[in-house]
Formats: sequence, structure tokens, C-alpha cells
Amino acid sequence: MLTLDGNEAAASVAHRVSEVIAIYPITPSSPMGEFSDEWSAKGKKNIWGTIPSVTEMQSEGGAAGAVHGALQAGALSTTFTASQGLLLMIPNMYKIAGELTPFVMHVTARTLATHALSIFGDHSDVMACRQTGFAMLCSESVQGAHDLALVAHSASLASRIPFMHFFDGFRTSHEVAKIEMLNDEDLAALVTDDMVKAHRDRCLTPDRPVLRGTAQNPDTFFQAREACNGFYDACPDFVQKAMNQFAKLTGRQYNLFDYFGAPDAERVIVIMGSGADVTHEAVEYMLKKGEKVGVLKVRLFRPWSGKHFLAALPKSVKKLAVLDRTKEPGAVGDPLYQDVVTSLVELGATGIKVVAGRYGLSSKEFTPAMVMGVYAEMAKPNCRPKFTIGIMDDVTHLSIAYDTELSIEPDDVKRAVFFGLGADGTVGANKNSIKIIGEETDNFAQGYFVYDSKKSGAITISHLRFGPRQIRSAYLVTKAQFVACHQYSFLEKYDMLDYAAPGATFLLNSPMPREKVWDDLPAEFQKAMIEKKIKFYVIDAYKVGHDTGMGVRINTIMQTCFFAISGVLPKDEAIAQIKKAIKKTYSRKGDEVVQKNFAAVDHTLAHLFEIPVPATVTAKKSMPPIVSDKAPDFIKRVSAVMMANKGDLLPVSAFPVDGTWPLASTQWEKRNIATEIPVWDSSICIQCNKCAMVCPHAAIRSKVYEPALLAKAPATFKSVDYKGADFKGMKFTIQIAPEDCTGCTLCVSVCPAKDKSNPKSKAINMADQLPLREPEKKNYDFFLALPDPDRTKLRIDVKGSQFMRPLFEYSGACAGCGETPYVKLLTQLFGDRLIVANATGCSSIYSGNLPTTPYCVDSNGRGPAWANSLFEDNAEFGLGYRLAINKQTEIARELSAKLSSQLGENLVKELLNADQSTEAGIAAQRVRVVELRKQLASMSSPEATRLGFVADYLVRKSVWILGGDGWAYDIGYGGLDHVLATGHDVNLLVMDTEVYSNTGGQASKATPMGAAAKFASAGKTTPKKDLGMIAMSYGNIYVAKVAFGARDAQTVKAFQEAESFTGASMVIAYAHCIAHGYDLSYGCEQQKLAVDSGHWPLFRYDPRLAAQGKQPLQIDSAAPKARLMQYVRNETRYRMVEQTNPEAFAKLIGQAQFDVAKRWMLYEQMSKLAVYQAPAEESATPAEKAAAEKA
Amino acid sequence: MDLSTNYLGFKLSSPLMAGSSPLVTDLGEVKKLEDSGASAIVMHSLFEEQISGERLASIYHMEMYADSYAEALSYFPKPDEYRMGPEQYLEQIRKIKQTVAIPVIGSLNGSTVGGWTDYAKLIQQAGADALELNVYTLATDPQESGDQMEKRTLEVVRAVTQAVSIPIAVKLSPFYSSLANFAHQLDDLGVDALVLFNRFYQPDIDIEKLEAMSSLKLSTSAELLLRIRWLAILSRKLGANLACSGGVHTPEDVIKSIMAGAHAVQVVSCLLERGTEYLKELNAGLAQQVETLEYNSLQQMRGNMSLARCPDPGAFERANYMRILQTWRPETAK
Repeated sequence: MLTLDGNEAAASVAHRVSEVIAIYPITPSSPMGEFSDEWSAKGKKNIWGTIPSVTEMQSEGGAAGAVHGALQAGALSTTFTASQGLLLMIPNMYKIAGELTPFVMHVTARTLATHALSIFGDHSDVMACRQTGFAMLCSESVQGAHDLALVAHSASLASRIPFMHFFDGFRTSHEVAKIEMLNDEDLAALVTDDMVKAHRDRCLTPDRPVLRGTAQNPDTFFQAREACNGFYDACPDFVQKAMNQFAKLTGRQYNLFDYFGAPDAERVIVIMGSGADVTHEAVEYMLKKGEKVGVLKVRLFRPWSGKHFLAALPKSVKKLAVLDRTKEPGAVGDPLYQDVVTSLVELGATGIKVVAGRYGLSSKEFTPAMVMGVYAEMAKPNCRPKFTIGIMDDVTHLSIAYDTELSIEPDDVKRAVFFGLGADGTVGANKNSIKIIGEETDNFAQGYFVYDSKKSGAITISHLRFGPRQIRSAYLVTKAQFVACHQYSFLEKYDMLDYAAPGATFLLNSPMPREKVWDDLPAEFQKAMIEKKIKFYVIDAYKVGHDTGMGVRINTIMQTCFFAISGVLPKDEAIAQIKKAIKKTYSRKGDEVVQKNFAAVDHTLAHLFEIPVPATVTAKKSMPPIVSDKAPDFIKRVSAVMMANKGDLLPVSAFPVDGTWPLASTQWEKRNIATEIPVWDSSICIQCNKCAMVCPHAAIRSKVYEPALLAKAPATFKSVDYKGADFKGMKFTIQIAPEDCTGCTLCVSVCPAKDKSNPKSKAINMADQLPLREPEKKNYDFFLALPDPDRTKLRIDVKGSQFMRPLFEYSGACAGCGETPYVKLLTQLFGDRLIVANATGCSSIYSGNLPTTPYCVDSNGRGPAWANSLFEDNAEFGLGYRLAINKQTEIARELSAKLSSQLGENLVKELLNADQSTEAGIAAQRVRVVELRKQLASMSSPEATRLGFVADYLVRKSVWILGGDGWAYDIGYGGLDHVLATGHDVNLLVMDTEVYSNTGGQASKATPMGAAAKFASAGKTTPKKDLGMIAMSYGNIYVAKVAFGARDAQTVKAFQEAESFTGASMVIAYAHCIAHGYDLSYGCEQQKLAVDSGHWPLFRYDPRLAAQGKQPLQIDSAAPKARLMQYVRNETRYRMVEQTNPEAFAKLIGQAQFDVAKRWMLYEQMSKLAVYQAPAEESATPAEKAAAEKA
Repeated sequence: MDLSTNYLGFKLSSPLMAGSSPLVTDLGEVKKLEDSGASAIVMHSLFEEQISGERLASIYHMEMYADSYAEALSYFPKPDEYRMGPEQYLEQIRKIKQTVAIPVIGSLNGSTVGGWTDYAKLIQQAGADALELNVYTLATDPQESGDQMEKRTLEVVRAVTQAVSIPIAVKLSPFYSSLANFAHQLDDLGVDALVLFNRFYQPDIDIEKLEAMSSLKLSTSAELLLRIRWLAILSRKLGANLACSGGVHTPEDVIKSIMAGAHAVQVVSCLLERGTEYLKELNAGLAQQVETLEYNSLQQMRGNMSLARCPDPGAFERANYMRILQTWRPETAK
């Protein structure tokens, strides 16, 4: 038996019975593609002895097309996807099914984006495909995902019906569990050579040519469409046959519908997916109490077999509750319910009453208590016909009640909850513990991990169970016997002991001396410990980590503590197992790593102490409020609850009905994740504002202001005379936002000013956050309250731009992010008239992932309007903004002109002819619009009213289309190209990290040659696409390539030029990323090297210059002066390829170096070309020519 | 002219070896070295600290963000597919051994006793004919005395000599309070050769940016003089062979080194400056000089200017220093 997650369980089968695999990353299915790619890269063969080929495509649509082709050409093929990706496959799914092609796709069922995106699990995606003709087979657990993957492949080949094998995203795909593994012989027994031959015999080949994909007409299409019916009728029996054969091999019997419960049950729940296991667990408990209940687990949803369904139900059943994990607004009922009702009617079983329940959308918890709530509802004579369970619906009152405190988990199942930081290795350690317990003992083990919505300082909560039986508890742990807090700062944020059962053990990683720990705890913790009779242990893991050379990775230390005090395994055995696991994990990385970990284990035991819990609360402090009292009502009522990890408690009425969300909420979430923050040394500062420019989180800002304003400044507020003629006589301050800084140190590394007698010290230096927090909070509040300088007086350059208020602040992006400085700059330059279309990816997540959002407003209440549509359609979505704005501007202009005599000829003339190319011009136009509105207020004509609706559009709007390279180079490229070609006034900002960052580093067409990425683990062998060159070929598009870390002034200039250009513009921006594998505090230096080596040449291509007879291409970086090797050697993504295969790497980098030189030469030549000037006769129109001739 | 010499138990066709340099990373260059008459090749150093540092750094950069965010539980292909150890170095030894017939000498700089011995064994297994221990440390710890430092080095050398069976050379720096004494202690441990001397890379200062710059300056013949002095002092007093490294640029430099007592000389800077094939010129020039000076063999010449045999031994000791100071004039410096 092995412990693995649902994705690996399914992929393990799929890879072994496939030949051609086409993939595209999408959460939560990406790991299946990654496993397949990794296995093939390592030479792992399928059951027929060949290594499956794995190809990454540009989108799920592309993957579906590729597998369709592979199937037609006779290969056994598979793919993996979810959610929006699955939707992109639908057209091909119809085709594959229509052609009766055996094929299995494995789907981690995930929510479809509606009012909001969600990466979590429900059945809305798979249910959107139930009409395609695919069979749908559902697994409820990790073991099921492994087993039914094989059943699906077998039944598909046998029946010729393509299969979608699905299981719950995250809950099953990411749950780690101990399962029985199928060996190759098991697979070969169900996927036989005869089946493969039959598939091959049908393939397209010039040796036996046939034709598919005809166009049929009204005379024949209908009949021909009905010709496949027999195959669908036969399919359920093929599935059952495969299940029976599987049972003979493994002893695990599955059926199309599996019933569990009382043979004489009266109330039965019909359900599929992980919820079926939870229901099973609840039924087991209720049966012991003598209740006549049962659960019918649906495995084969399509083709639906009413006959098998009815046969599986006990005859005694009186009431069915059909639970759907999807929502079809406006439908008579959700899909499973509809099928059940129709079947019962069709089969004459009309005596059974059926009710419909909806549960678990977007991985909403579904617990035995909720199941029992449903049974309780069913027992009522006036049971609700339609209900929801698991939420509080105080608007349409659909939700039913359940006992939120009820837990039915048995005592012999050990449960543990761990609170850690992403960066401290807590999840990795817990996965390791599960492996140890699952694979080295007879115990069953389960692990499920809850991650943060933020990428920096991300908290992780691990839920672990160990027990003597198969664990069906597909829900979070609530009554844990062991709770561990791996970060001391969590004490003031999270109510961790809420998870503790009475008598539980609480382990705290504490830097406090042990005699002071108790007194330092907040009162809430002390009270809970006393009331719950908690056993309390502490360790200073960071000290042990420091002393043993482990640094901040405290995973081994905390894992050792868990084994030492939880009693899950005998202590000595557990320690021996930890060391064995360490050896296994790290031996390839060298003995010193192993020895350091061993030392950490040994040191830990000597530093782990039990702290006696006194009988009374002695604390002098309480947990601070989640948000300040000054926060707006919505933040306090809704966002704060979500921030406290208690969003489940919010009722339906708390939410906007259409997904609209207020801006500017990150300011209320004081995360305090930096242990060190920058401190400004005003005596050394040269006032260049570079620190503010590079800050990814807008946590360091600068301002110029009148000296008189300092009268009420806090005592420690720093201020110096402004150096420069533009604001002579004014004061200057660089101020840190102490609670919002992530501690990335980019500001320190970019600071050019050094103390001449001690160059170690710069104008910005890092210092401990804690002593600075309170005084700097006051300083920052004072700083924010100082008026922003008049925008019309600011020079638009690096320094001037940083005096403009950022309208994008404290986002959830990674510490040191290379994208967000660009986004922030955009909001500084154009924020008050900015509208953003954002492709799905990192930038949509750090901009829109709740509970709080970073876009905010200026003192006039203006700020960026932002939305995310999809991944693939972003350019088109943004173009839509432009078209709508243009139309409304046109209407405003038309109406203004029409009403000119009433509004005043001069005003209208000025409004219509305003020069809005400068800040001053914009400001003047705003004043005119105010005047216009004043005039309109006294007018009552319909035109005047209509002009009032659109008058604001007389002020120029700035449309920006943002996204990463995955969007721009791959999935959205077709749309991007089209939108550029339209020539409309839109601005595209491509933040190029050269990899799919948000989904975990898969290769894109922006990935450079020689760099390792997922799906290119041996180093990408093809060059990076030159997107800029492609765009320049149109000739009428503004194109710029920028890198703020290399030349910030050029970045600012390019943004300005792109915005002012009235056609389409595209700025391609270099963004360093954690997926490059180096300390991001060197991000700017790496950007410099990227430019100096010629990897990232800087340029601006401005078609306006061509119109003036000048060459439009201006190169802004010097000829390459560093070798490419100097740049790539600093990044793990390249080094790992060099380490693995130095010769191949040398060749790849050699080729890349050649490409650099070639490209540079091309650019340089282009930049020097004379611009073609049309002779006078050519530029004349035919009419002009005729006139000239006549003359 | 017979230029052969014995070094580390090998009979070399000439005293001119290719010293530890980046030239060995290119097999084409390696072949050219042999063709140009290099009698042996010393690999560039395998730095234990660099390997372990890179391992730790790569683990850090890969794991730091792993398991933090639901959509991306990792950001790199599985690290266990990647070799983060000395394999690249060892593989290069194997390839060089397949490319040339001359002895290939591995070079190692360890940071722990375990590292020294483990990597030494690996280098031997990879096929190196001998091993040069590059004792490259700066005594920056005020708590550690010179004696302690020397003991530490001796302990490492002892451990390595016990761990491997191939001949061992120790490459030293000139910075020992009693170099002669330390050389004798090494000799007592049975090392097969001493290489004089290591050239420390010395940081430079950027006076505008206020940054220390790591710089690599090629040697000049002027640096040879320090080597000659110590070769002359140690020559004929040790069982170990002596090799000269640093400052050999001309046939005359080679002759001087041998006269001072070197069994072999290592050249790097002149090859980096003038190309690998300069070795041909050096060998030819050496043969010519030996003939011109009317020596029958190098053996006859070796150590004839050592402290033991030189007519003016005081020149290699303190008096030399005094004389130079007293006679130095600006015009003589030109």
C-alpha cells in the first residue's frame, strides 16, 4: 500500500494505459499532467513497454484537438483538465463522442467561474458536459480515483463511448491517503490487446482510407445521429462488466450504483463524489442508533441507467433526497435530481417522494452533521422539496438547519491540525508524517491541506487523520487531539484552539523563554486551555533550526515534536522512522543535508518542554481586533469575518448579489508578515524615489509637502528639505508602511545611496519590525493624511511618478514580486481614469482573491475599475471596454454638440476640442465636465438627461489589458493578435515571467531556451517567441519591451507613450519570479543582467515616429556586453539543467547565445533603416491625381 | 634533448604541466594541451563548499515556496531528477581520461574532513591518476592560532592519504609562520608532492560604487621569485616532489624553477593569455635553453641553485630583502 493523492492515483493508471497524452495546466488537475510528463521524462513505460509521449498545448482547446487527432490516427490517448479548461474541450468532446471513439479524460471537478472565479471543487464543470455524449464515471475517494480510472479506460475501449472520469477537485485530487495500488498485470487484464486492436482497426490510415467529419444535411443528419443509440444502451453493462472483472482481480467491488445502509431503509440520500463517503460515514453511525437510513452512491452518471438505479434502491424506501454539488439557476432542479425524478416516473416508482438538496459548492465543507441534518429534514412530514445544506440562506430561506457542533468521529482515529507558514515547510513535513504512518505501520492515514489566498506570508492549515480503518472522512478536522502552531505570530490572528478537542495537546513554536510563555499568551488562549484541559508544549524551533544550520525550514523540528508528544507512534520508533525518511528524501542532495536534519531531530528532543497550565487566566492582553474600528461597515461585517477564517459563518445576505466587490480593502488587513522592515536614513538619501518605484506592495512611499504641515507630526516622523528646483522650499519624506511590508528587501538592494564612511549602510536599511511597528504606524497614518502633491505639477519620470499616489497597494503577491511594480506604476500614472481587463493568472489572483483586494481610490474617490473575465479571452474582453467607452464618448459628444446652444457654445467647443494629452489637460477637462453637469442640472430635456448619464466619458479613459505570458503567448494569443490588429486604443501590458507562474511553473512559449520548467524538465529546447517582433510587423502598433530593474526611466517612458498612442499598444515587461529560483532581493540585478546579456533587449517602437519620417524602432539598451551564461547561471531554473546534463545545456545556451547575437543584429539593423516616404504622386488619391492631370 | 622528469611517481615527458584552470572544461582544449606537449593536466578545483552551498541554495529556492499556495504546490520539475553534487566534475575527469594519455590530476578543496575524504575517493574512482589538495583557506578567525590551523590541515591531509591510494600533492599558500616546518610535517605524512604556491583571488575595490569586486588577475613572471625562493629553501630536504605554480611564463622561468628545485612546473596564465599552443613554444624554448646552457638533462640542473647547493645561500634568506631595499632606485625599477 502507498500513500498518495487523488491526482497521482488517477494519473498512475492513465499514464500506464496511454500512448499519446496532450496536456495543459489548470488547477486542480495540473499535477496529473505534471506526473505524466515527469514519468515519461524519466523513461517510465506504459503496460505495453513504450514511453507515452506527453505534449503541452497552448490551451485546453488545443489539448482536446490534439487528443482528438491522436485518437483518429489510432493512438490510445488521455488528457487531464478541470473547470474552464473542460469547457474549452466541449466542441471536441461532441466530435469524439459522435465518432464513437474510445478515450478517457480525467477531470478534477471544479467550480465554473460565475459571479466569481473559484479554484475549488464542485460538479458545475462536469455537469456542463453531460450533454456531450461522454460517459461520466465518478470516484468518491483517492482509492476510487485509482480504481475507477482503470474501469473507465477498460469500459471505454469495450463500449466505444468516450469517458470522463471525474473526482472532486482538491477534496479528492489533493487529499493524501493510503491506498492499494494496481499493478501492471491488473491493468493489462482490463485493457486487453483485443480492445486495442479494435481501436487501431478503426483509425485513419492511408493504408485503409476512410473519411470522417462529413457535412450532413436535413435529409440525413437526424437519422445518422440516432445510429449510435445502441452503443449508449449497451454502455452501462460494459461498465458493470469491467467493475465485476476488477472485483475479481482486487476484491474491491464497485457497481454503477452502490447502496449502503439499512436493508429496510425508508430515507435514502442519492449522491456522488466525496460527499458519498461522508454520507456513508454518517449512515454507519446512524445505523448503530437503529435508524432506517441509507445512501445510494452514483458512480456512472452518464449513460444514466434508470433500471440499475432502481434495482440498487431498497424496496422499503419512502423518501429520497438527491444531493447535487452544482447549481443550475432557473432549472426545474439540479441535474442528478432531474435524472432521478425522471427515472422514477419512467419506471413507475411514483410512490417514492423525492426532494432536492444542494451542497458543497466550491469545496464548501460537507460533514456528517450536515448529512444528519438532511436525514432529519427528510423525517419531517412537511419536508422541504428543495433545500440547501451547509450555509445559512437568510434571503431565499432555502437552507436547512443542522447541528454545527456535532462530531461523530470515533476516539480511535487520531486527529491533528497544524498551523504553519508556506515557507516553513509545515505541509511537506505533514505529508512526510502521513507517508511514515501510512506506509510503515498498519494504520490508515489521511491528509488534507488548506492554503492561503495570499502568496506572501501564506498560512497553511494541515488536517491529518490516522486510524485503524479506511478513513472516509472527506471533511476538515474539527475536534483534534493534537493542535500545533508553528508560528508564534498566529496567536494574535487565529483562534486555533477552536479546533482542539477536550484534553488535546497544544504545541507552540515560541521564541519566548519557557517560564514566560504562559503569561505572554492572549487571554482567549489561556481560557480555552484551562476549559479544555489542554496539555501544553513549547519549542523554540527557530533557535533549534539556527543552531543546527536548518535556517527557517523548521519542518523536521516540528515533525519530530509531533511524533514525540502526540503518541501516534511509540517515540523511539517514530524518531527512527523520521530519520529513515530524511535519508530517503535528502540523500541525493548530499550527506551534509542529511546530517543537518539528523542534528535537528536530536536537538529538538532536548528543547521540547511541557508547560504546566495554571488554573486561572493571568493574561494581560487579548487577541487584537481583526480590523480597525475605523474600517467601513462592509469590511467589519463581511471582510473581517473572512480574514478571521470564519467566512463559513457568513449568511447569504452578507453578499452582493452579482459578485461586485468594494475596492481598497487590503488597507484594513494588517498582516504584519515581515520580521524586518526598511528604515529610512534621511541623511544619506539622494531622493531618487527608486525604493518606492520597486516596492511590489506599495509599502514604501515618498511625498513632498508644505513645511507647515509638519506641525502635528509624530515625534519620530522623519522629514528633510526637498532637494530640487521643482518643489523648492518643500519637505520630503520616505515612509514605510510597517504592517504591510513583506520584508522583501528590493528597496534596499535598489537604493543607490551609501554612507561614505560605512558603505554597508544605505539610505534604506532593514531593521526588526516589532520595535518599529507602533511608532511607524503612527508615522504612516500621518504620512497618508498629508495631501498628495498636485498631479499637474509633477514631472512624469521615475521620481515624479512616485509622488503620485499608488492606487494598488498591499496586494497578496509574493514578497519581491516582479509584476506588481508595473501594476502599481500603471495606477500611479493613470489610476484615476484607468479601467483594467485582467487575464486569469497571478495578476488576477493578487488583484482579486478575497478576502481583501488591493486596487483603491484617490482622494476624489476615483480609481481603477477592474475585472477578470477568463484566461483566454482577456484581450477581447478589454477591447469590449474600449468599444463601449468609445460609444459612450461618442454619445456624449453628439449630445453636447446638439445641446450646444443651451450649454454655452464656448463650453461645448472646449469640451469637444480639449487637449487631454497631459495631466493638466485632463484636470481642465474634469473642471469643464463639472461645469457641464451644473448646466445640465437646470435642464430637463431627454437629451440633457441622457447626456448626464454619459458626461464623464468626455474625460479620456485609459483601457489596459493585463496578463502574464501564459495568456499573451499561448492561450490568449489569437485574441491578443486580433485586438492589436484592430488598431483600437487599448494598451496591453504583458508581464512576462517566462513561465505559468500561478499554476506552478509550467513552460510557456515565453520560456527561454535552456531553462527548466514543468513540461520542459530537461530544459526548453526551442527559443522564446519574439512577441514584440510579431507585433511590430503590423507597423501601426506601439510596442515596447521594458525591465524596470534594468532601466526604470525607460519603463516609465514606455508606459506614457503607450498610453498616449491612440492606436493599440503593447508593453512587454520582464518580471522576475519565484519560479526562476533565486533570492528575489537580487531581482533588479538579474534584470540588469538579462538586459546586458541581450536576453531582454529594451526598445520602443512608436509608429508616430514613422509618420514624421523617423525610424519608429528605438533601441534603449546597449549592445550585449555580458555573456548569456553570466545571467542564466544565477537562476536555479537553468542551473538544474546544467547540473543534470552539462553538455546538452552548453549546446542549448550556445544556441541561445547565437540567437541573442542574431536578434540584436536584426534589431540594430531595423533601428537604422531609412523610413519609406511615399512620393507625392503615390500619396495622392485617384481623384487628386485626376485633378492634377486635368490641370 | 631529454626533458623528462619524475613527478608524483609518473615519468613525465617534460616538466611543463597544465595547471589547475578552466581550460579543462573544454575537451577540445584538453586535447590541444596534450598535443602541445603538456606532460600532465591538473583539473580545476572541486570546491566542497560550493557544492554544498549550491545544494542548500537549490533546496532552499525550490522548497521555499512549495506547498504554500493551492494552485502551485511546487514551482519546479521534481528536484530529485537533478544531480546537485560533484557528478559534473567527476564526469569531466572520466571524459578527459578517455581523451588524453597523459596523467590527469584531480584537484580538491574541501571544507570538512568528511568532504575532503569523500570527494577524494570519488575523484579516484572517476579515474584521476593523482590528486592535488588545494589547501585554500584564509586565516581570518582571531580565535584560531596558526598552530591550530596547521594541525587542522595536517589532519585533513592525513585523512585523505588514508582514504585514497593514488599519489597526493598538496598545494600550499606561502602564508605560514614556518613554512619549512609545515612542509616537513606534510612530508612526514607521506604526501608525494608539494605545489608552491596557491594564488589567492584578491578582491579589488570599486571606488565609485563602494563595492568589493572579485577580480582574477593573471600572474606575471614577477610572482615567480617568491616560488623560487621557497623551492630553493625546501629543495633536497624533503622526500616529496616539488612543483612550481604561479609566475612561469617563459622558458627561462621554467629553468629557474628547476634550478631552484622543482620537479615540475604548472602553467596557466601564459596559456590563458597566449593560447594553449604556447606550450609548444615553451617546450621548444626550454629544450633550446637547456642545450645552450650545456646541461645533459634536467636532473643535472634540478636544485643546483637550491639553498643547499647555491654559492650564495644568503640571497634566499633575510639578506636578500635588505640588499634589494638598499639598492633600489627609481631608474633601476624601470
